[in-house]
Amino acid sequence: MSAPLIEMRGITKIFGAVKANEAVDLSVAPGEILGLLGENGAGKTTLMNVLFGAYAPDAGEILVEGRPVAIHNSADALAAGIGMVHQHFHLAPRLTVLENLLIGIPGKSGRIDRARGLARLDEISRQYGLSLDPNLLVSALSVGEQQRLEIVKALFRGAKLLILDEPTAVLAPSEVDGLFAALRSMAAQGLGIIFISHKLNEVRALTHRCVVLRHGKVAGRVDHPAGTTSAEMARLMCGHEIVPPVKEASTPGAAVLTLDGISTAGHAGMLLRDVSLVVRAGEILGIAGVSGNGQRALADVISGMLPPRAGTMTIAGKTVTQFSPRELQALGLGRIPEDRMTTGLVTNLPLADSMVLPRIGTEAFSSKGLLNPAAIRAFAEAQIKAYDIRCPGPMARAGALSGGNLQKALLARELAFDPKVLIVSQPTRGLDIGAARFIHEKFLAMRAKGCGIIVIGEDLEELLMLSDRIAVMYEGRIAGTLDSADATVARLGLMMTGAGQTEEAA
Amino acid sequence: MFRLEARTSTPAWFNLALPLIAIAATLILCSGLIAIAGAGVIEAYGVMLSASLGDSYAITETLVRAAPMIFTGLAVAIAFRAKFWNIGAEGQLLAGAVASCFVGAIPMPGTLAMVLMALAGAAAGALVALVPATLRVKFKVDDVVSSLLLNSVIYYALMALIEGPWKDTFSGYPISPPIEDSANFPVLIEGTRLHLGVVVALIAAPLCWFLIARTTLGFRIRVTGENPEAARYGGINVQRVLLSTALLSGALAGLAGVGEVGGVHFQVMSDISPGYGYSGIVVAMLARLNPLGVVPAAIFLAAVMTGGEAMSRATGVPAFLSDVIQGTALLAMLVALLFTAYRIRRVGAQT
Repeated sequence: MSAPLIEMRGITKIFGAVKANEAVDLSVAPGEILGLLGENGAGKTTLMNVLFGAYAPDAGEILVEGRPVAIHNSADALAAGIGMVHQHFHLAPRLTVLENLLIGIPGKSGRIDRARGLARLDEISRQYGLSLDPNLLVSALSVGEQQRLEIVKALFRGAKLLILDEPTAVLAPSEVDGLFAALRSMAAQGLGIIFISHKLNEVRALTHRCVVLRHGKVAGRVDHPAGTTSAEMARLMCGHEIVPPVKEASTPGAAVLTLDGISTAGHAGMLLRDVSLVVRAGEILGIAGVSGNGQRALADVISGMLPPRAGTMTIAGKTVTQFSPRELQALGLGRIPEDRMTTGLVTNLPLADSMVLPRIGTEAFSSKGLLNPAAIRAFAEAQIKAYDIRCPGPMARAGALSGGNLQKALLARELAFDPKVLIVSQPTRGLDIGAARFIHEKFLAMRAKGCGIIVIGEDLEELLMLSDRIAVMYEGRIAGTLDSADATVARLGLMMTGAGQTEEAA
Repeated sequence: MFRLEARTSTPAWFNLALPLIAIAATLILCSGLIAIAGAGVIEAYGVMLSASLGDSYAITETLVRAAPMIFTGLAVAIAFRAKFWNIGAEGQLLAGAVASCFVGAIPMPGTLAMVLMALAGAAAGALVALVPATLRVKFKVDDVVSSLLLNSVIYYALMALIEGPWKDTFSGYPISPPIEDSANFPVLIEGTRLHLGVVVALIAAPLCWFLIARTTLGFRIRVTGENPEAARYGGINVQRVLLSTALLSGALAGLAGVGEVGGVHFQVMSDISPGYGYSGIVVAMLARLNPLGVVPAAIFLAAVMTGGEAMSRATGVPAFLSDVIQGTALLAMLVALLFTAYRIRRVGAQT
């Protein structure tokens, strides 16, 4: 094997009392795709931030092509040939694709060299199969295209090693295939790639070698990911066996939530077209679909954030079409939003405040307009204990919690009030196996108690495991509904592209 | 080489230490200006301190100056908590002054007059603040710009009043007629100007703290300010919270004007406020938007103002220095606030 492109030796990074990374060794050879696995908080992001220059390591060294280098910031990292595609993109939405590529690249006598940029973009596009229209505004690009632009941006700046932080979390299944093809082509032409993911099947399909982190240390290395089972890798990540939850048979009861002919529009046109669906007590209805086909609008309508233009919605037989979020909650609707940090919680305030937020006006937490701080604190403390939410305490800033713990806190605040209907979006996005498992168990327990649950998700395997029925959304409509017993990833995938719809309509 | 690194948590003592550090930095920075003006730094600050807090009369004068800035500071602190960017406390103060002066000029029993003056002044301030809040809620108009520009509208409307229909016929100057003697706020200590309004201001601060920290409205204001989307998702009527905050904020700024008319000037003139509304922003920032912190912050600025005049007389340093100190204090505080979110870290010696 040739000399490694990048080698990290004995990297240690300490935050206060926490060793985020401890003596981590890692190397990537040219042409190699390295998987970096680990639960949330295992130290993957810290390690990559050290490599990309955002943090200075407390010990250890980084070698690029055998030479030690000091990386103090992202400019140093780029100069050393290291490019990173973050989970959250760093693009200027009001500029075009080409302009985004040229940001920070000096041309002749301070002018922007568009022609050279175009030529270089064309070259990269053809070399790796990453096509992009240079004149489109970034705001007009799909999430997948924005990610492609981030990759091209790194290559444009001469990256020889590309770090991708959970790149598939935001992609539809068909887009994942395109990304993988591009990554394989880059590796074949001698680039090194570090691929961070939770999704074990993707890691097994794509990577040549894996490093598994646990509690900041290397817990194991996998030399043949394709020949290793997911269960084995999960055991390395968690340190113990992971058993999938058991879904008991249940007989659904009366309808708890119905939508009848719901349509609604946003700035960009129709979001939902004539959507009708029923959720019964003790049933989980999965909503599948490529992101951007109306799932968000559906969640917003049901949770009262977006009033529908037409159609009716009922909860337990009562018409609630134009109800506010507060009125819906009072009727027993529980909601877990897609975006925990922006819609669910108030990151700058104490965790307890976020946990009581939807019910602050009820007598549980206040009376006659005066807060009951003791009750608020006691509620938060009880839920922290019951859900094993890892945090310094109820008065700690919510933003200091990890994603899994935030999701547990959101779940606790809804489930504490025994909802009759629960609508959740992307419940385990970005969570590690252990936390996802916990959330799944809670859903199944609520189902057993007779709660009707809608799960909107992009992870088809998760939907198949949880749901009794799965509805597929395509271009704002329900393209079809399948019983889970009849549903397969392949069949759902086909319906998600709109193909199933014409077939069934015929 | 140094660089900023994000903090994961902020130590609690920072809340108290930051304003003190900012003030210390301000005094050090401004000592250079005093030296340039040709005076002794220690002597100048000494005069400033003794003239503002050196004896009981000086203290009462400083408190009289602090009272309007306590009100405007509270107005700004509460508005900023909801991220309603009320830069219009100055105009709201003026509106409160005009309304209370108008009521105070009507003959009636003194106690009734004072209560009605306060109500009228608060209502006028609240109405003025409602304009930018409504524009923002209904039409998404930037509240920084609209509330700031409204200050000029109110100021020139006031000028038009006292130059025209409301001009005091007795003196002939561009000032309003005085309020009735019975409506003058009682003086609490004989021989000083310490009036009832100062006590009301000192009581208002803990009341505002209670409102923010212990009531559901305060909870909704805090949540709306920190994350309006989560607030709406959690069932809070964000628009109503913003409008309520604006009314409250405007009313507090209006009360600043009431105190100036009822307790200090007894009439309205063009320079009734030397920028107390803008100073309220400095006060609120120094207090880190905590209503309890508004009182010491306002007293500090008031001391700089009263002390600055004495310093100017004694040492020849221009009285403008107190404005410079005020502005520098705001800048220093804004820089200091950076350190609640970031820390400075030394990185490798290479260049």
